[in-house]
Amino acid sequence: MIINSRFFNRSELTGFIVLAAVLFVILPLSLDVFRLNLVAKYLTYAFVALGLVLCWGYGGILSLGQGVFFGLGGYCMAMFLKLEASSVENTKIQSTPGIPDFMDWNQITSLPLFWQPFHSLTFTILAIILVPGLFALIIGTAMFKRRVGGTYFAIITQAVAAILTILIVGQQGYTGGINGMTDLRTLKGWDIRPDHAKVILYFVEVVLLFACIGIAQFIRLTKLGRILVAMREQEDRVRFSGYSVANFKIFAFCMAAIFAAIGGAMFALNVGFMSPSFVGIVPSIEMVIYTAVGGRTSIFGAIWGAILVNFAKTSLSESFPQLWLFGLGALFIAVVLAFPNGLSGLWADYVQPRIDRLFASRKAKAGWTDNSVADGAPAE
Amino acid sequence: MLVGHQPKDFLLAVSGLTVSFDGFKAVNDLSFYVEENEIRVIIGPNGAGKTTVLDLICGKTKATSGSIQFRGKELTKMRENEIVQTGVGRKFQTPSVFEDLTVFENLEISFPRGRTVFGSLTFQRDQPVKDRVEEVAEMIFLKDKLSTYADELSHGQKQWLEIGMLLIQDPDLLMLDEPVAGMSVSERAKTAELLNRIIKNRSVLVIEHDMKFVEDIAHKVTVLHQGQILSEGTMEKVKNDPKVIEVYLGH
Repeated sequence: MIINSRFFNRSELTGFIVLAAVLFVILPLSLDVFRLNLVAKYLTYAFVALGLVLCWGYGGILSLGQGVFFGLGGYCMAMFLKLEASSVENTKIQSTPGIPDFMDWNQITSLPLFWQPFHSLTFTILAIILVPGLFALIIGTAMFKRRVGGTYFAIITQAVAAILTILIVGQQGYTGGINGMTDLRTLKGWDIRPDHAKVILYFVEVVLLFACIGIAQFIRLTKLGRILVAMREQEDRVRFSGYSVANFKIFAFCMAAIFAAIGGAMFALNVGFMSPSFVGIVPSIEMVIYTAVGGRTSIFGAIWGAILVNFAKTSLSESFPQLWLFGLGALFIAVVLAFPNGLSGLWADYVQPRIDRLFASRKAKAGWTDNSVADGAPAE
Repeated sequence: MLVGHQPKDFLLAVSGLTVSFDGFKAVNDLSFYVEENEIRVIIGPNGAGKTTVLDLICGKTKATSGSIQFRGKELTKMRENEIVQTGVGRKFQTPSVFEDLTVFENLEISFPRGRTVFGSLTFQRDQPVKDRVEEVAEMIFLKDKLSTYADELSHGQKQWLEIGMLLIQDPDLLMLDEPVAGMSVSERAKTAELLNRIIKNRSVLVIEHDMKFVEDIAHKVTVLHQGQILSEGTMEKVKNDPKVIEVYLGH
């Protein structure tokens, strides 16, 4: 399927190797389980960032509502885990045993119909992909077929994020309300809370992330990837080259939604709960900021953006909790004004040329030694 | 003009076409017919509705009333991409090419295959595609620029690239909006040469102000004024029409 060139060019290969080395080897060896679990949490946002690269960076469709899809994926996973944690024996002190605790607190006496299929793991996995995918398809069709785009589309996605948050918070008995779904315990009888489970889940997540990177890179290399770029700058020319622009936008938006949903599902597994605070306007905008900081046209850049900004968020909000939001805002303004291609742009402009020069001079002398990998800095 | 019955050999039949923007009729009850392999030039003063006519044919603007038939198919009810697939190609006034893509990729996107989402995911850059892209690149004087990004091209080269993108679609009706505007004298000559080569085996609808250029290529000229046809016929006839001289050529 790959078209007459390699899957990664040289700088992308460097990026791939650096990321794989850091996530598979360096971090698991150097961090304790608590910190590794934090990285797993950061990486759930890397899925969202990856989707935004396709949809925003390539297709030019700015979605400020990716939290919606992250949340839908996360809630689907959390519903399955919650049902398993609410077995009759675990919940025998409730007035209705066998239903999630928050339902019991809200005087609901039987499991609602839409919860029933989440007893099945197969259904849940399908739902994690299909529910956000179909929802994106509906929003995308409604908007793009009517040629709603740009800022109007962004504002509507914001509204959807706000609506979904209000819905989740308001329907406490069915969704767990503002507290979300907590106390998630086992996956098919396998306890997800102990340290060794966290390590396994971390690796599962990294493998999934690389699978998604593979899919995104594949899409990027096909003609569809080039049409997305073409559409970003000359929508009319694409239309008058015989393409239905709306369908391509819908595709990019759905892919971004599905990636975000996988991230959300991994969030529920790794962090052990899901709440509306990851669905609304603020988290959705934060997700766009990670992508912008990392570099919206670079797959690896956006992933580094998600990891580094979240790392900064944790460290800064541990020491200066009030300052963090200002810092994030300042960071976003700095990206827009000073380095619009984000970290990956800085890398490509300043670091990559030096490495290339180093390679060139080293090659002239002897074989090559690898300097680029040791940096561990964001790669393109 | 005849109503109801038209001879079969018209490629494009525009009849009673009207479009109004907030009551202003930019095109008013316009009828004209383009034959197979005909080169028709539309001229007229600014605001005469020339570009609007092209917009209406290619579906960019929706007609208020009237009909546009292309090989017997009604275009006014079709979407832009369907109109392209029926065989109508359109070049815009300002060069619109994909600047973040190379010349090769620009031409490849216009290659008429794999135009659906799934089709473009499975599209293969095989030998026929490469051959066709190279063939067209040679025609548009960009053969040695295939791997150049389009934003590095000069204005004239971008115009050629866009013409090339239309050419690779192989449309039966090619619509060009001021193809030589903003070009240097030598580029203009090359473009005339290029157009004379590509108009074979297809009909062409051109908007142009450069009268020398018009005389060189036109089979028939339509003069538009205030959304209506002022005069129509050979260049010779139009040039000597007193009404045309008064509103357009006289100055």
